[in-house]
Amino acid sequence: MTLSFGFDLSLAVLTLAVAGYAIGARESFASVVAFISYGVLLALVWVRLSAVDVALTEAAIGSGVTGALLIGAAAKVGEGAVDAPRSVRGAGRLLTALFCIATTLGIATAFLSLPEKAPTLAPLAAEHLPSTGLGNPVTAVLLSYRAIDTLLESVVLVFAVVGVWTFASDRDWGGRPESPGKDRPEQPLTFLGQILPPLGILVGVHLVWTGATEPGGAFQGGTVLAAAWILVMAAGLRKPPSIEGAWLRFALIGGPALFLGVGVAGFALAKAFLAYPEGHSKAFILVIEAALTFSIAIALGLLALGAPGRKGHP
Amino acid sequence: MNAVTLAGLAGAALIGMGLFGLVTHSHILRKIVAFNVIGSGVFLLFGAVARRGAASGLNADPVPQALVITGIVVAFSATALAVALLLRYFKEVGSPFLADDPGAGASQPDHERP
Repeated sequence: MTLSFGFDLSLAVLTLAVAGYAIGARESFASVVAFISYGVLLALVWVRLSAVDVALTEAAIGSGVTGALLIGAAAKVGEGAVDAPRSVRGAGRLLTALFCIATTLGIATAFLSLPEKAPTLAPLAAEHLPSTGLGNPVTAVLLSYRAIDTLLESVVLVFAVVGVWTFASDRDWGGRPESPGKDRPEQPLTFLGQILPPLGILVGVHLVWTGATEPGGAFQGGTVLAAAWILVMAAGLRKPPSIEGAWLRFALIGGPALFLGVGVAGFALAKAFLAYPEGHSKAFILVIEAALTFSIAIALGLLALGAPGRKGHP
Repeated sequence: MNAVTLAGLAGAALIGMGLFGLVTHSHILRKIVAFNVIGSGVFLLFGAVARRGAASGLNADPVPQALVITGIVVAFSATALAVALLLRYFKEVGSPFLADDPGAGASQPDHERP
């Protein structure tokens, strides 16, 4: 057993143990905290699979923003009353456990019996990389070869925001979401809220810029910007925005709208939807990424804030 | 056995664990957490399967990586929607639990047809 395999094995065991705690913990708050740590460990597993782009996304979105969202929800709903309906117990629990073990064994068997030679599009992706002007093949897939997936993904974020807003009561419509922090934040939080955001903006922009050649990109960078925004609001330095603000709605749809516009312009410039003119791919991709990053940051922040509530009414 | 096989098996285990939590918990937030564990397990399994296709001088196959990145973002959108639904349900019902089973409300008189 080599050293690196020992590391991988301990990492896998630790990840599974933390995930197990997230599932089995007695309190929902502890479960959410375990889930966040699990996300960070999972990001390390992704690094070990040489998928650094995925690792960044998992750490930023899968663990970070999802964690902020779940912690907020856990604090609001609490553990529930004592006479609450019990979770599945006794024979039903045992039966469920057996079924889940069978599921895992089935998937594991299928995974282990895959044919030795795996199909791959990697050679094709590498071959055409120079024509995109990019150095990071993952960014090339996201914004050039399969740009339509990314366009739809950015639209999904907008729809999710609309969906979350529809859960507001009629009387709260047009109000502000509740602030993610306390009414009177502690001083260290205010301090961090003043110190960290400039750094966050720098890191976010850096991630987008280097995304062309190194791991990183619009989604990872946008998440860091969203995190900086959430921190500023949690520290009580700025109020959450009113959902009726015109600038907010423009910022939310600006990225996807520009992306769509470039896509339609592709008919005139390069004879296909979402095609970039020969030799100018990189410039187009950078402009789209910049606008997309901003819209993603706004969308993620709004999703983490949730529906407008009475407390935050102007 | 190498890192890739290990990740694939871990993915399979995560799916089973998440499924167990999703079925056995009655607290909705716990169900959402469990569902996210299933999701990340599926991504990990997919990543491990895809890693086998790494070739042509690249460290890893970029196409599946891009798919997983898209998947993580969409999973977050779905989670945000689920949490918003939970918070509204909590506001209306005052409890973070789903009713035990549909038969529990049987003591209330049904609306009978005229």
